[in-house]
Amino acid sequence: MYAQMVKSTGDGVKSRDEMSDEERAFQDRIDADEKIEPKDWMPEGYRKTLIRQIGQHAHSEIVGQLPEGNWITRAPTLERKAILLAKVQDEAGHGLYLYCAAETLGVSRDELTEDLLSGRMKYSSIFNYPTLTWADMGAVGWLVDGAAIMNQVPLQRTSYGPYSRAMIRICKEESFHQRQGYDIMLKLANGTGDQKRMAQDALNRFWYPSLMMFGPSDKDSVHSAQSMAWKIKINTNDELRQKFVDQTVPQAEFLGLTVPDPDLKWNEETAHYEFTEPDWSEFFDVIKGNGPCNAERLAARNKAWDEGAWVRDGLLAHAEKKAARRVAAE
Amino acid sequence: MEKDQLFQYLLRFGDNTLVLGHRVSEWCGHAPVLEEDIALANTALDLIGQTQMWLGLAGEVEGKGRSADDLAMLRDAWDFRNVLLVEQPNGDFGQTLMRQFLFDLWHDLVLTELQNSAEPRIAEIAEKASKEVRYHLERSRDTVIGLGDGTAESHARMQAALDLLYPFVGEMSAPDEIDLAAHEAGIGPDLAEIDQRYRAALSDLMGEATLTLPADSFAHKGGKSGARHSEHLGHILTQMQWLQRAYPGAVW
Repeated sequence: MYAQMVKSTGDGVKSRDEMSDEERAFQDRIDADEKIEPKDWMPEGYRKTLIRQIGQHAHSEIVGQLPEGNWITRAPTLERKAILLAKVQDEAGHGLYLYCAAETLGVSRDELTEDLLSGRMKYSSIFNYPTLTWADMGAVGWLVDGAAIMNQVPLQRTSYGPYSRAMIRICKEESFHQRQGYDIMLKLANGTGDQKRMAQDALNRFWYPSLMMFGPSDKDSVHSAQSMAWKIKINTNDELRQKFVDQTVPQAEFLGLTVPDPDLKWNEETAHYEFTEPDWSEFFDVIKGNGPCNAERLAARNKAWDEGAWVRDGLLAHAEKKAARRVAAE
Repeated sequence: MEKDQLFQYLLRFGDNTLVLGHRVSEWCGHAPVLEEDIALANTALDLIGQTQMWLGLAGEVEGKGRSADDLAMLRDAWDFRNVLLVEQPNGDFGQTLMRQFLFDLWHDLVLTELQNSAEPRIAEIAEKASKEVRYHLERSRDTVIGLGDGTAESHARMQAALDLLYPFVGEMSAPDEIDLAAHEAGIGPDLAEIDQRYRAALSDLMGEATLTLPADSFAHKGGKSGARHSEHLGHILTQMQWLQRAYPGAVW
């Protein structure tokens, strides 16, 4: 998932006594692992939180086209170019499924888009980092998609039916994305001195931003507690981050690359890696709009939307004319 | 048909799809609506896939051990054999789709004929590519009609795109000695005949799109012969070939 710091009701989880009859029945269905479908009754907070979460995820897929799109025209071989094109196309497709899932909650794609373009809604902090070398295509696939998968796999079991089903489709494609990223890294790591340097540099730049993708610790967050009670969030941010580190460090070792954390070490007792937390002040700067590419990313999306207005209007006008001609002919 | 002529003939197809695929891929993430982002990426992906087949075969025919990647990444502009139309800049979305339609219409007619080529490897590629290109044509045609017959603004933009690109149409179907040799050998279609069908279909479609074909039928040439490309091609190659040129011999 590419959603960070999604706000829930802010009131914390209600006890059964505090719940209305409808809320209690709803919670019972969630607890029994039943899927909630669009026409079912749901608490307003559940609906709003899901719209925020799915919307943020969809926006991330859309903005996420930009850092990788940046290298399509420069991909080093025809095969790499084709794979990267297929991947970016998948991401746009994921955006589409997710907007459709959000629409079942009573919000339109255009409304969500406007919230993205005005900055009212966020997308994942990771896409505000630049892709500077070809190795970044490897690092994005390996680390960024890797972190996304960590989050998305449990969300296949999320309580909201349309979201869960979208996530099942998305997960299938994401694992191919991660493999292609790792494959790029593998080629570079076994390549020339320049290529190895390129791979290490990409890991250096993307390691901490990838850890930030899970969001700051939410062990005390009332928003997360509510989302977890509703099963629209399955694990805490720290659990997922730990899992990601545990999975990724051996992969980096296999590549012969060094994770840029001098304090990283394996703890025999816990059977987990100990690692340095990312610089959370940097994370909050990025979230506030001060990441290296925030302004460019949002400007690019706004430009695409504004300059595309005549196309959308033109196609709509044509469809109306065609319908009118059909009616006139009947 | 001599070996070098066949090599040149194959480069034309491979370079058309390579350069157009590059241009279309420049849109990635910047389209007017999400469905168009997906469709443009899909079109680019098909074209790059076709490039792998055409340039792969070209390298085989040449017999000097050059792969499709070598041909794509390590030739300079004067050795490219794509038509001038496909290297023209994207402009606005209308210009991109007009360029796509003008090419797709020709591409579809030619690929249909190439399925009967006396050279079985060409027939095989044409058969695969034809299925994809039929869909490209359907989409670009519908979009050109929709925008031509849309609002006053979309109409004006599409007319401007047609006026700008029409002088690049003639080169595709103007046969030169390589095209004639291919036709004579039963390898390629009769371009003069393709040209007639192309013009008839173009005229019908422009009527539907409420657009007017320019009266002047002047045609720029020099792309498929390699004699004189536009200035744009060099910039395309500067991007496309950057990594292979900067790190010679590296494996990616």
